[in-house]
Amino acid sequence: MGIYIARRLLWTPFLLFMVSFITFALGQFGPGDPVELLLGQYSDPDVVERIRKQRGLDDPIFIQYARYMGKAVRGDFGESFKYRGRTVAELLLKKIPVSAQLNLAALIISVGLGIPIGLFSALKQGTPWDTSAVAATLLAQSMPVFLTAPVLLIVFALWLDILPTHGWGGFFDARIIMPALVLGIPGVAIVTRLTRASTLDVVHQDYVRTARAKGLSEFSVRNRHILRNALIPIVTTLGFSLAGLAGGSFIVEIFFGIPGVGLLAIESLFARDYPVIMAGVIIGTTLFVLANLIVDLIYPVLDPRIRLGGGYVAG
Amino acid sequence: MRAEQTPATLESTAGQSRSYMALSLRRLARRKLAMFFLGIILVMYGSGILATWVTPYGYNDQDLSLAKQGPTWAHPFGTDRLGRDQLTRVIFGLRTTVIITLTSLIGGSLLLGIVLGLISGYIGRLADGIIMRTGEVTSAFPEIFLLLILLATVRPRVVTWVQNFEDATGIDWIIRLGFVDFALISFALSIFSWFGMARLVRGQVLQVRENQYSEAARAVGASTSRILRVHVFPNVISPVIVSVSAGLAGFAGAELVLSFIGVGIQPPTPSLGRMIYENSSISVLRAEPHLLLFPVLTISVLLFAFNLLGDAVNDAFNPRTR
Repeated sequence: MGIYIARRLLWTPFLLFMVSFITFALGQFGPGDPVELLLGQYSDPDVVERIRKQRGLDDPIFIQYARYMGKAVRGDFGESFKYRGRTVAELLLKKIPVSAQLNLAALIISVGLGIPIGLFSALKQGTPWDTSAVAATLLAQSMPVFLTAPVLLIVFALWLDILPTHGWGGFFDARIIMPALVLGIPGVAIVTRLTRASTLDVVHQDYVRTARAKGLSEFSVRNRHILRNALIPIVTTLGFSLAGLAGGSFIVEIFFGIPGVGLLAIESLFARDYPVIMAGVIIGTTLFVLANLIVDLIYPVLDPRIRLGGGYVAG
Repeated sequence: MRAEQTPATLESTAGQSRSYMALSLRRLARRKLAMFFLGIILVMYGSGILATWVTPYGYNDQDLSLAKQGPTWAHPFGTDRLGRDQLTRVIFGLRTTVIITLTSLIGGSLLLGIVLGLISGYIGRLADGIIMRTGEVTSAFPEIFLLLILLATVRPRVVTWVQNFEDATGIDWIIRLGFVDFALISFALSIFSWFGMARLVRGQVLQVRENQYSEAARAVGASTSRILRVHVFPNVISPVIVSVSAGLAGFAGAELVLSFIGVGIQPPTPSLGRMIYENSSISVLRAEPHLLLFPVLTISVLLFAFNLLGDAVNDAFNPRTR
């Protein structure tokens, strides 16, 4: 186990290096010269040359990468090409909370609905309740955001006219409801299916039968024996969702006009604002890799049956 | 474990192994719902492939006097703001989906994934290490981010190269027909899709390699490529089918998102993602909902059919895991 953790911990920095280097190299490969963007197209070639030297843009890519990352780890991602005089960090710090709040609202919807429905469905296995819950989640899971967004807009904004359609006002504003629902619905389906499957798995285990046989109350069996074990796989999903919290959701942010990371990313993409894109990708991948690592390391704590590096022990 | 099996059970599994595919396919064919959705997929793919012949109009035929009409007999899905027939554009959008899903599936999952998985599992050692570590790096990226940056940075360069090539050779249809976009997107999607397949195949190979029949084949002097073809591959094929049918919706969805954002298929080539983006405002929904709803419903039905078929295929090929 110690060896596995050590290997994971050693591998992670390498992974982060590869990922950030590939991103950086792609950014360099992209069209548009930063100096030209800064000075305009018809600038004096000598001046351009001097600024390139000054900024070290003619150095080998490894040196440029090292310089960039040296600043990046201190939170300095340079200046935006598009918004002159504003740093990338400043821009991102303004957008991340917006996306994070939206994603949190969606996560609350997914977990808050998904776990109870999944548990209910599993405990009523084989009844019409179960069947209809499974059918509903299957439907919800296959509905792309492209479908749910317009349908919700038509129903709640055009027909019923009770929810606002566009814009952003923070976590406690009615404008968050529809985008959060759109983002959360597929999550409800995923969490429900996961909860149902893992509960069914646990319900038929010997220790649950033992717990019932020794006369524990149904309440205690459900909470201590079933729920606790059934929640293990869900923790993984939540781990990933937490990593994704800071990330924007392009489609929903476009549909509902929410000024989050997703909208910023698309804006930057079309303005060829590479410093912003690169910072976004590097931060995003770092969070993703670290979340993976944490989930992997936390897993055996929650479930002692998992031997790291070995997989499941039969039982 | 295996040594304890009685001859009778060995014989019965050996008898079944040749027809396992046939058995699973027959199980699949008995599921009416799955067959129905397979039919829908085939119709959509068929009309996408034959788009040029089944559509009554050209996808860029404009008639401004007919702009923004609702559904009529002449235009069942209505017309868009330039008076172009929506049904025609939806079908050509499906053609885009068909091309992208098939090319990334064949290039990424099937070719790269299976070949690298076989190499990784059967040869092992250094090749295994390199392939698996590379895969881990590609899967460490949040897919959509890297797709975005890849398409945003590489596409302009490639377009310039192809333009130079076109100028030099006098060919003028490569960019016009959207080949660059199709190739780039399939390439980008392939980078992310091969690893799942390679890991799956590798796992299967590792299992099969240690089996007695592989050992026996080695003992009588079969070559590596023969063992891979005759003994390993047939065992790998059914998990591959399951994973492919589960992955189709992913490719279609990814193309949709990329085109929606604007880094995917570029106009004038129609794509459903772009059509949805252009009509994704509340004012369109209020005045001409058909402009948004027909493309959205088409792609939703297709994605739903993919998901259902994927589930059914999984059930048919792994009856015990239900």
